[in-house]
Amino acid sequence: MSWKQLEEGAVVKGGTSASYIVSGWRVKRPVINEAKCTNCLICWIYCPEPAIVRHEGGKVTIDYDHCKGCGICETECPPKAITMVSEP
Amino acid sequence: MYEQIKGLKELPVEEPLSPGHRLCPGCGASIVVRQVLLAAPKDTIVAEATGCLEVSTALYPYSAWNRPWIHSAFENAAAVASGIESGFKALARRGDAKEHPIIVFGGDGGTYDIGLQALSGAIERGHRFLYVCYDNEAYMNTGIQRSGGTPLGAWTTTTQVGSARAGKREAKKDLMSIVVAHNVPYAATASISHWRDLMTKVRKALSKEGPTFLHVMAPCTRGWRFDSEKTIRMSRLAVETRFFPLYEVDDGVYKITFPVTSPKPVEEYLKLQGRYSHLFQPQNAAELETIKKGVDDNYRRLERLSQFTSQLNVPKTP
Amino acid sequence: MSLQSLRVAALQGDEAVAEAVRQSDVDVVAAYPITPQTIIVEKLAEYVANGKLRGEFIPVESEHSAMSACVGASVTGARVFTATSSQGLAYMHEMLYNVSGMRLPIVMAVANRALSAPLVLNADHSDMMGSRDCGWIQLYAENVEEIYDRTIQLFKLSEDPRVMLPAALNFEGFILSHDKERVRLLEDEPIRRFLQRPRPKHHLDPDEPLTFGAIATPDTYYEFRMQQTEAMKAALRVFDEVEMEFESFSGRRYGAVDAYNTDKADVVMVINGSAAGTMRAAARELNTAGENVGVLAVKLYRPFPLEQVVSHLAQAKAVITMDRSISPGAPSGPVSEDVKSAMQLAGLSMPVLSVVYGIGGRDLAIEDGKNIFGLAKEGSSFGSSTLMYGVKV
Repeated sequence: MSWKQLEEGAVVKGGTSASYIVSGWRVKRPVINEAKCTNCLICWIYCPEPAIVRHEGGKVTIDYDHCKGCGICETECPPKAITMVSEP
Repeated sequence: MYEQIKGLKELPVEEPLSPGHRLCPGCGASIVVRQVLLAAPKDTIVAEATGCLEVSTALYPYSAWNRPWIHSAFENAAAVASGIESGFKALARRGDAKEHPIIVFGGDGGTYDIGLQALSGAIERGHRFLYVCYDNEAYMNTGIQRSGGTPLGAWTTTTQVGSARAGKREAKKDLMSIVVAHNVPYAATASISHWRDLMTKVRKALSKEGPTFLHVMAPCTRGWRFDSEKTIRMSRLAVETRFFPLYEVDDGVYKITFPVTSPKPVEEYLKLQGRYSHLFQPQNAAELETIKKGVDDNYRRLERLSQFTSQLNVPKTP
Repeated sequence: MSLQSLRVAALQGDEAVAEAVRQSDVDVVAAYPITPQTIIVEKLAEYVANGKLRGEFIPVESEHSAMSACVGASVTGARVFTATSSQGLAYMHEMLYNVSGMRLPIVMAVANRALSAPLVLNADHSDMMGSRDCGWIQLYAENVEEIYDRTIQLFKLSEDPRVMLPAALNFEGFILSHDKERVRLLEDEPIRRFLQRPRPKHHLDPDEPLTFGAIATPDTYYEFRMQQTEAMKAALRVFDEVEMEFESFSGRRYGAVDAYNTDKADVVMVINGSAAGTMRAAARELNTAGENVGVLAVKLYRPFPLEQVVSHLAQAKAVITMDRSISPGAPSGPVSEDVKSAMQLAGLSMPVLSVVYGIGGRDLAIEDGKNIFGLAKEGSSFGSSTLMYGVKV
């Protein structure tokens, strides 16, 4: 990219990291058992990315583009509704 | 006055931090940031010191920050925040801008050591901002070198374990006492495991008219040597073993906000981390005892301070 | 009788800076005191205390924090100013690059003072010359009235969207910072109209969250620095525009260089700072006595006004360069190196006598000027390395 096209002073628009996919980082991925999930949002408040998306009514889904597979959600989920499974 | 944290569902759905940043899987620092900013108003301005968090979340042309954010250098986050605060004050006086809450993030490196002067100066001058020190207990970004926040006995790349020496020989600097000595309106410790306590403290701090401080433990899976899924468990154990007590100093009055009446043995916390593995060898038994005694003494010190200061008639800042 | 009701005042250089800052409607001043800049800081604190400057004054705990606080204030969109000298400038050296890299239009007054060790309080240019590559616009003033004018001009120059570079105004400590000289003050209103309010392209705004100070990679860093060098080039053009507009209401214009008798002289001396005036006086006396010498005062130092400098040297038989700082181990001092490079680019090959003078506040008198021109005329000093004029042998 030419020097003429870069933003002066290296100013960046906020939130643009969302376009960067980090799914390739993980070895295992979390899978939510919806039947066991109580919508407590504990996984959401402890996710470092965040790769857990909140929906209407407290439902959560995993954002697999941005999950690095750290496993915190599985460890912390109170009803043990999340399982880390090996990446296919 | 501040709004109580009722439950997780009341917290905003729009994320203050976007994913896609380059922090390690299981990083404690980003959890600190998420919890702090979820508890803070949406128009919060963030200033930050150089460190793990900064390089991983603001790598041109990507930025994970959904808040106005500025990084300048390693040692000056608090000085930059002083400037932001004054800038908005001056512009607001003209009617050209509004003032906004300011939160500063600095690692233990950028706060305990190289950044201590700027922090001290800024809080002495009474600027209104909340300084959050996310403490991963070493200069993690440059490769796990010791900082003033590294605890006694810990392995780091500059406090190596060998036949002549075994880990850091100095105790962790008491940063909270240094900050409290400046007579700040509010200072507190917090842990990401105890999110409600942390978020309450964020709101309480932001409601004060003056400089406030939060010291938050940010467990580091790489530097502390533990598997990434244990980050929250690590921070919880730090609290439950009294290694990292959760307390606040509100206008000089100490209060342990999460009393630990039957502490778990400190070993339970230490043995999960590779950086302390040498402490479990017989020749380092004395060191381990020193560490345990230190934890004990510190908690007792806080209990006594709580008793003593609660009897003082200190006028409350609004 | 307050200063603001006078049309002409006897002001110290430091006082002139403070008054210019007040009139330039600065929002935030963050500064740390250091001799000989202290009067600037004290005067500004006084203006804030009696409401004459409706801005914020941050009494920071160090110069590094002074520049850091300026960064924070500047990104809110406020107009920002600081001042320092010597050790203080060196202490904020890291931040100078930070500011120019972030393209913030901060203006700074530097009351030049020699760097320690050994410690000395008096003037030479070693402080600013030690930081000359930091990407700041650098001007050297020759008298107090120029200090007053330039402070105002630099806000306009640095804030221009084609520039967006910080600017440093240099003037010798004690010689100019403390000596009182006659200053014809300008009125508040024309200055306010000249400057207007800052209009930064980007600032901290919750309605449009931006990230300032991101980390780059080898893929992009070079390009960001290229932008800076291009902005520095643009500053050369915008400088002329700023001076023209300033002249339209003040009647005063200095130029990027000031030339005395350079079109006819056999020997032209190139010099920056207050000693230019002394050298001009020496040259006039010599010319009255039948000699043929000239003096080229370089006022705008970065960006270096290369074309103008060579145009004033083109017909001379010999050139003298005067450096008020030493570059140990280099062929000659900073100004000399710049002039010799410029000459090489223009194909000029007349002999150059590189002189170092005034180190650590050592005085330079009219007699000294005559001596130096005499040495150039006599010719034996050419070809050797730098002449350390005035040192006790």
